Amino acid sequence: MSVRTQVFSDRVLPYLLLAPTIIVVIIFFVVPAIQSLQLSFYRVHAFSGRRLYVGLDNFARLFRSEEYLHSLWVTAVFTIFVVVVGLALSLLLAVGASQPLRGFGIYRTLLIWPYALSPAIAGIIWMLLTDPTIGVLTHNLSKLGIEFNRNTNTTHALLFVSIAATWKILGYNVVFFLAGLKNIPRDVLEAASLDGANEWIKFWRMTFPLLTPTILFLLIMNTLYAAFQTFGLIDITTQGGPSRATYLLIYKLFKDGFENANLIGSAAAQSIILLVLVAVLTIIQFRTVGRRAFYQ
Amino acid sequence: MIAVDSRARWQAIKARIITPTIMHVLMIMGVALVLFPVIYAFILSTQTPQEYYRIGNLIPGTAFWENYKAAWERANMPTLIRNTMIVALAVALGKIFLSIMAAFALVYFRVRGGGIIMGLILLTHLLPLPVRIVPTYDLLSGFGWINTFQGLTIPFFASATGVLLFQQFFRTVPTDLADAARVDGAGPLRFLVHILVPVSKTNIGALFLIEFIYMWNQYLWPLLVANTLDTRQIQIGIKQLIATDAVIRWGVLMAGTITAIIPPLIVLLALQGSLMTGLTMAEEG
Repeated sequence: MSVRTQVFSDRVLPYLLLAPTIIVVIIFFVVPAIQSLQLSFYRVHAFSGRRLYVGLDNFARLFRSEEYLHSLWVTAVFTIFVVVVGLALSLLLAVGASQPLRGFGIYRTLLIWPYALSPAIAGIIWMLLTDPTIGVLTHNLSKLGIEFNRNTNTTHALLFVSIAATWKILGYNVVFFLAGLKNIPRDVLEAASLDGANEWIKFWRMTFPLLTPTILFLLIMNTLYAAFQTFGLIDITTQGGPSRATYLLIYKLFKDGFENANLIGSAAAQSIILLVLVAVLTIIQFRTVGRRAFYQ
Repeated sequence: MIAVDSRARWQAIKARIITPTIMHVLMIMGVALVLFPVIYAFILSTQTPQEYYRIGNLIPGTAFWENYKAAWERANMPTLIRNTMIVALAVALGKIFLSIMAAFALVYFRVRGGGIIMGLILLTHLLPLPVRIVPTYDLLSGFGWINTFQGLTIPFFASATGVLLFQQFFRTVPTDLADAARVDGAGPLRFLVHILVPVSKTNIGALFLIEFIYMWNQYLWPLLVANTLDTRQIQIGIKQLIATDAVIRWGVLMAGTITAIIPPLIVLLALQGSLMTGLTMAEEG
């Protein structure tokens, strides 16, 4: 990026233009984040609202709590499923849809659709498909001898929310893979064809390496999505159950922060742990992909 | 001779007909798999319980009007659509305005502490709502912003995505344009409004799509801060369609679900060209 000679010279105007953004960032991002950090060192009394300084005790308790460690584990399994299955499937679909064949534009359009859905809506639709009595999927699985029941079987429940979350993010991933594939120069692939490379070799030797920045970018974005944007999915379908099988960290954070006044300090500590996780992920993202726009 | 000829012809047939046909079949299967859940939800939204208890019945049912009417009445759909539309439009437009202004200042002016300011804006990515949810909620209570549109929109106005997107794009706009404008005696704001904004149409379209859909699909924040009918958001309305019955009325629930999908889908279909072009440009920038 070249350093541009500043074209306009006005002393006040640029600050006026920046002011609204800076004010919003400070009031709604910086200050509450600092308060979260402060709060994480206190225990708040439910009725009096009195605060007692407890140092790192909230953190220590969390890492000793089986419930918290269980949530951490469930979130890790869920996230790995969403990232791995989601990226593999969407790459496959995008590579197929990006073939320069007549009529393929329509596939590119249709595959993006799930981007318009919310995690909550995705959850409801998969709840329908996997309903124990009327679900078309459960019905067909039971014909194959598989009794799928997300209401009683903990593995099935986690699988159910994982599939719904993966399906929802497919459209987003396809958008970025299609953009990435579009940026690969055609002549590179054509030259490979002339050298006798078949499609399989071309994909692994040319396309895949050239897509690495897109893959890394999506890896991070999908992880953030799985960790932070799936509250609605859980709240509307399983509410964390059965037996906490789908009690993701984000859901626990909300429950502790807003439904149990004694746990406000603990919820703040959970926020801080999440912040550290995001920070690590974002640093990886900046190191590997460079400063590139994030897209929600 | 003949053998070579027929092999060449076979190659041609393979390249022109067989491979594309196989690809089409595979893609149709892929697309069907991805879209089946939505199509099935739509079919179910037209069925009576008797119809959907015949599991696997993919024939559209007879209860289309009945289900949609019930969903619209019970969840107050027109009000929820209005409320959500206000929030999604206000935040999408607010983010576009604010991030164009910020990116313009950072690219076209000498800004003291520009690096720090950019760092501050990028910091928002490190601080998603869950990280600061309890204090943000308390702050809004203090402002008296619970159950108001201010509370649903203003905390979302800062956009690192938008600032980065426009900053990258403005850097690709030839400097001559701004120089020419200055020579003609046009001030910076005139240049911004009459020249820079019109050439940024694609990026504006892409950001609008991203932010409109993002806000339309908000769940956690509206659940906390919008509990009156006047402010309730559509995702929460859908939740109420589930919560109010002992036995889920799937036809009605799916009618509400399909209703909630349609506005963001329209935005997506209308602007996906901008999104693809905007992203391709951003990757090059």
